[in-house]
Amino acid sequence: MTGDPLLRIESIHLAFGGVKALRGVSLEVRRGEIFSIIGPNGAGKTVCLNCVNGLYRPQQGRIRFEGRDLEGLKPYRRAALGISRTFQKLELFSGMTVLDNVRLGRHLHMRGGLLSGAIYLGQASREEVEHREFIEREIIDLLEMTHLRDRVVGMLPYGLQKRVELGRALALGPKLILLDEPMAGLNLEEVEDMARFIIDINEEARWRVTCLLVEHDMGVVMDISHRVAVLNFGEKIAEGTPGEVQADPMVHQAYLGEEEEIYTSRR
Amino acid sequence: MREKEFGVWRPITWRRYLDEVRWLALGLTELGLRRGDKVALVGHNRPEGLWAEMATLAIGGVVVWLYQDALIDEIQYMVDHADARVLVGEGQQEVDKGLAIKPRCPRLERIVWDDPKGMRGYDDPCLVSLAEVRRLGQEAHAKDPEAFERMVARGAADDVALLFYTSGTTAQPKGALLSHRNMLKMGQNLMAMDPCEESDDYVSFLPFAWIGEQMMSISCGLMAGFALNFPEDPETVQRDIREIAPQVMFSPPRIYEQMVRTVQVKVLDAPKPKRAAYNWAMRVGGEVADRRFAKQPISWPLRLKHRVADLAVLRKLRDHLGLARIRHTYTGGAALGPDHLRFFHGIGVNLKQIYGQTEIAGISVVHRDGDVRYETSGLPIPETEVRIAPDGEILSRSPCVFQGYYKNPEATAQTLRDGWLHSGDIGFIDERGHLVVFDRRKDVMTLADGSRFAPQYLETRLKFSPYIKDAWVLGDRRDAVMAVICIDAGVVGKWAEDNHIPYTSYPELSQKPEVQALVRDAVLHVNKALPQAARVQRFVNLHKEFDADDEELTRTRKLRRAFLEERYQAIVEGLYSGAREIHLESTITYEDGRTSQTRHTLRVVETA
Repeated sequence: MTGDPLLRIESIHLAFGGVKALRGVSLEVRRGEIFSIIGPNGAGKTVCLNCVNGLYRPQQGRIRFEGRDLEGLKPYRRAALGISRTFQKLELFSGMTVLDNVRLGRHLHMRGGLLSGAIYLGQASREEVEHREFIEREIIDLLEMTHLRDRVVGMLPYGLQKRVELGRALALGPKLILLDEPMAGLNLEEVEDMARFIIDINEEARWRVTCLLVEHDMGVVMDISHRVAVLNFGEKIAEGTPGEVQADPMVHQAYLGEEEEIYTSRR
Repeated sequence: MREKEFGVWRPITWRRYLDEVRWLALGLTELGLRRGDKVALVGHNRPEGLWAEMATLAIGGVVVWLYQDALIDEIQYMVDHADARVLVGEGQQEVDKGLAIKPRCPRLERIVWDDPKGMRGYDDPCLVSLAEVRRLGQEAHAKDPEAFERMVARGAADDVALLFYTSGTTAQPKGALLSHRNMLKMGQNLMAMDPCEESDDYVSFLPFAWIGEQMMSISCGLMAGFALNFPEDPETVQRDIREIAPQVMFSPPRIYEQMVRTVQVKVLDAPKPKRAAYNWAMRVGGEVADRRFAKQPISWPLRLKHRVADLAVLRKLRDHLGLARIRHTYTGGAALGPDHLRFFHGIGVNLKQIYGQTEIAGISVVHRDGDVRYETSGLPIPETEVRIAPDGEILSRSPCVFQGYYKNPEATAQTLRDGWLHSGDIGFIDERGHLVVFDRRKDVMTLADGSRFAPQYLETRLKFSPYIKDAWVLGDRRDAVMAVICIDAGVVGKWAEDNHIPYTSYPELSQKPEVQALVRDAVLHVNKALPQAARVQRFVNLHKEFDADDEELTRTRKLRRAFLEERYQAIVEGLYSGAREIHLESTITYEDGRTSQTRHTLRVVETA
């Protein structure tokens, strides 16, 4: 999957007091690919995503998105550039409906202000209908949530909440989506569904979203990723195609385990 | 018609309906389809499915509808046996199935698909999109505007229109051939009896492969011209029915059983005053319904009470179930227990039982308005005669009787004799002229005291308990009647939670002594109303629900008794030998065809 580099992480260092979370990590994510970051707990994977997002600020190093340096940009600015993310611990409004949560993701594209929204004539209602149509056609249909539209998020099973989280992230219309452990806590069927959705948003002509995944489920990572990077104690110890990384002895020692078992493919 | 898509009901005019059918018919002709060719259709209820059916009929072809949830082998058998040349599917799922069976179906040439979701990577040359077929049709129409009319004019009333495979309770399904006349006459006669307005609404959510749905949506839909409403998704059907509030409905018993169960469960949950109000209203409603059918007068105080009950409780119940505007609704395909019928009439829903089969294009017998008896199936519809053979078999004759079984002259000769359709069901006609259906001939049991008994009767009574989803009654030529019960996972699960009984799985739940006591009470309750010889002596709770994928049920949820007896021989023997426990080893089939072995211990419960 060759495309121009969409995201460049150049030698970032991040320390929390005495704890060095990231030690000179460099990555390149190409446009249109699914790139996964794996590694044992505490390796710095989520920290890495948070740096891309703007939630943490690395002490050293640069992060470039489409060639542009993201230094100093607040998270909402980065979202406006087209970087969206999901969270490991779901960040949804559990008292609101699925549709409302997905609509929230659309807020960056809304032009109407408080007053025009309150009066709801002309531009505001037109915009509302346009965005609603977008959400229905592209998101609710794609993620098969038609029967969940009006359900309150807090009442949904965990697997479906994760789907809503993905829907909210997609509502932004992102170029790059950061997925933080999308498979965590899902049963076999839900994992297959989520994997399918990730492949869909990556491959569908309509979306073509570049995905940066942090995941522990090796089966999924090896199956759907184009390229994989392995972090250990804040350092990148391997990078390459799934096949290359699986064969790397250092990766085995650090993370995968000593046996040469191949993870059963679920494709 | 209307289709709910992206959350909005989108109307489709009759003109557009005609245009789409015209283009598809011309397009399919361009692809090589000719008169008499068979087209297999599979997919959810949607306008495109209907248009494809009509387009095939316009060409003079024969439509073969397959069940959406049929297994690969079933599909392969039907597509191959029917000699289908084209398979019209909905989306990726149907395409996958089509491609999987194509090597074993030499006559299958094309697979048509409609929904582009997931179709990115497919490039098999036999695949063609519905949009492409439509485009070909539009081009052909532009070149020859009269072609479609000419094509349709070539059709005759007795041409074969449908090739429908009947749910085989034994052996392989048989393909019944139905003509245009069969189908339209059915619509005409039913509408003559229970007319529907053009302004009526009907929600089409049952598989088009079921003759009941064909009868309503197509036969009656075309004759009366009412609007068909297609729900968004199988999961949103209940909600969509409520939104539309149709005037007419037709469903198999399980839908009504589910509705009753939903209400019963909600009532069990409700606070005391609500429960009291419900019970009172149901009593009043039931009494009024009973009196009306017995043609007894209804006193003024009762009328008043009924008015109050209706406004306070019954109206809400109807609305909740989506039955607020029902003029008449039918149940058929299998037996619905008299208790269920009484429930619906009690809440003010005009539910009528029908009797019929695929081989008669729908129904032969139905209750007339105001003349509903809970144990019967009603009176014959116009142009239909029903007669009982000396051995008790129900015979029918009407212009809707089918043309025979495809490629199966022996079965045809057995079923169609002297112009009479032999149904394979036993029954009798009561003093009011109503048909009473006993059961399938091979299922009727002979009890210890020599009397004949329909297991269906007992099973439907048992299913009135909200805790029981399915029941299988044994006892033919044995000294006692036994039952195998499948508890309802949702209802019993909730009851267990409310009573602080922990469980981790269905098998475990079914064997809990408290659950067994619960089911025992239900069985005892049913036993009270039965003659001694017909009472259930012992039962077991099965460790799983009956499933069509395990071949225990047909696709229309009828029990396949012969198969069950073979599969659960250990249970049958255990029940009759007086054992306290039965050990079972069985195979379970998952939806994708994988199998696994399991071991279970079932405890036997006495109810004598």
